[in-house]
Amino acid sequence: MGMTMTQKILAEAAGLEKVEAGQLIEANLDLVLGNDITSPVAIKEMEKFNAKGVFDKDKIALVPDHFVPNKDIKSAEHCKCVREFARRNEITNYFEVGEMGIEHALLPEKGLTVAGDVIIGADSHTCTYGALGAFSTGVGSTDMAAGMATGKAWFKVPGAIRFVLTGKKAPHISGKDIILHIIGMIGVDGALYKSMEFVGDGIADLTMDDRFTIANMAIEAGGKNGIFPVDDLAKAYMAEHSTRSYKIFEADEDAVYDAEYVIDLSALRPTVAFPHLPENTHTIDEIKAMDPIKIDQVVIGSCTNGRLDDLRIAAKILEGKHVAKGMRCIVIPATQAIYLQAMEEGLLKIFLQAGAIVSTPTCGPCLGGYMGILAEGERCVSTTNRNFVGRMGHITSEIYLASPAVAAASAITGIISGPEEV
Amino acid sequence: MNAKGIVFKYGDNVDTDVIIPARYLNSSDPAELAAHCMEDIDRDFVKKVKKGDIIVADKNFGCGSSREHAPIAIKAAGVSCVIAETFARIFYRNAINIGLPIIECPEASRGIEAGDEVEINFDTGVITNVTKGTSFQGQAFPEFMQKIIASEGLINYINNK
Repeated sequence: MGMTMTQKILAEAAGLEKVEAGQLIEANLDLVLGNDITSPVAIKEMEKFNAKGVFDKDKIALVPDHFVPNKDIKSAEHCKCVREFARRNEITNYFEVGEMGIEHALLPEKGLTVAGDVIIGADSHTCTYGALGAFSTGVGSTDMAAGMATGKAWFKVPGAIRFVLTGKKAPHISGKDIILHIIGMIGVDGALYKSMEFVGDGIADLTMDDRFTIANMAIEAGGKNGIFPVDDLAKAYMAEHSTRSYKIFEADEDAVYDAEYVIDLSALRPTVAFPHLPENTHTIDEIKAMDPIKIDQVVIGSCTNGRLDDLRIAAKILEGKHVAKGMRCIVIPATQAIYLQAMEEGLLKIFLQAGAIVSTPTCGPCLGGYMGILAEGERCVSTTNRNFVGRMGHITSEIYLASPAVAAASAITGIISGPEEV
Repeated sequence: MNAKGIVFKYGDNVDTDVIIPARYLNSSDPAELAAHCMEDIDRDFVKKVKKGDIIVADKNFGCGSSREHAPIAIKAAGVSCVIAETFARIFYRNAINIGLPIIECPEASRGIEAGDEVEINFDTGVITNVTKGTSFQGQAFPEFMQKIIASEGLINYINNK
């Protein structure tokens, strides 16, 4: 019986010839990540620990991004705790405001995540780096603390679901539509404890940003990780961004999967997840047949959809147009480099002229932190990843998850709309 | 090791955002987090919960964010055990790591209602619904897991070893 791509990476990191689903292993870590919310708890745990310090100051990344620039005094104290810990332990990859970005957009861009890596992060969207052929998964603060101290973590080897993507993307389809379609199909616990392995000729038609978006939301199907094969595009991305050597793993021919789904990319339609679960998906055609859904706010950003592709798609739709009267449209480039590139390409000017605002990189509104909190009964179309009760503000507010194209179109019309309608 | 208490019952997909909303994550103090535990799904939870009480839920409990603040808030609120049909994987790991006992048992999840008095024997994995006079076989807690819980978390357990 062969191994899946994920199992092969884990076997190597555990120094084993072979692993199988359900096996408990201890693996060496290539990177341990934390942010301003999870790291303070981990640092407190580290201090209880009889550890001398961190296992490797180059293999830890600390990225204050959730409530920065500091939204209040308590957040400022948390950031200070992380900053001082980074200084004390001479952490190489601590990213201050001005150099930071949303962690899962920032780390690949800085070349810190490459194919074959085993990465844990105290943030559930750590699964993003599977886009580059790495095993990466979210953990809590205690695991982060143990990882920082020892450079190791224990895992239960996951089984896998195989998603065969075929054909070329239909017009206006991006990674977000693909992953929302998948979550709608298998449910928010459809991949519980499992890896989601994406294969097929359709991958050649996906940009790196599409792949980051898809891997990013594996957790929204309950997945342990999402992972893509390493092709020329992924190799070119790593060559451009990283000086680290990488290792390419491929699933065995006879690897065993718990389930397989075939998805024809040319047949997909823009897809929106209705409140209050990412699995409540409807296509734009179904939505057009409903009573119009009036919205108050649009958010374009986050670790899911704050990358350059996303901003380009949104700008193309917003160019020469204006957001609806009374609409608050908030655009958040995910990193400083993306922000700068968007500026050089004139995208920011398009957003401002369309009546949107552009924020410094932050997770802010995605988790109801700040920078766009919803009042009672308000509705938001958001390119973020979760639409749980109260996620972006008041418990009666509603979040509709969508692609940057649908978000931009909806900002213009004031109701949930597809990009073909503007 | 045993737990006994009154049950708070919830449905599918109780996410970590309703367990502890992010607006309170500017604190990592367990008592402060406990004061807002379950706030967005059950406003009365904090007023009603007593030390030893038990949460029972359906599938995928603790889905969403990796915030360890979620099991920390539940534990600090006095809850002695969470029983669910299934747990989201990061929550599962976090709960064990901070020393909050949790058990996957679909039969118990179906056979227990809000307000029932329930007793759990962690050595045998037997869950007894005292109110209804029924019992269910959950997974027994292996010794190391009981020690993690008794030590109030993984780090203390490692330090004590």
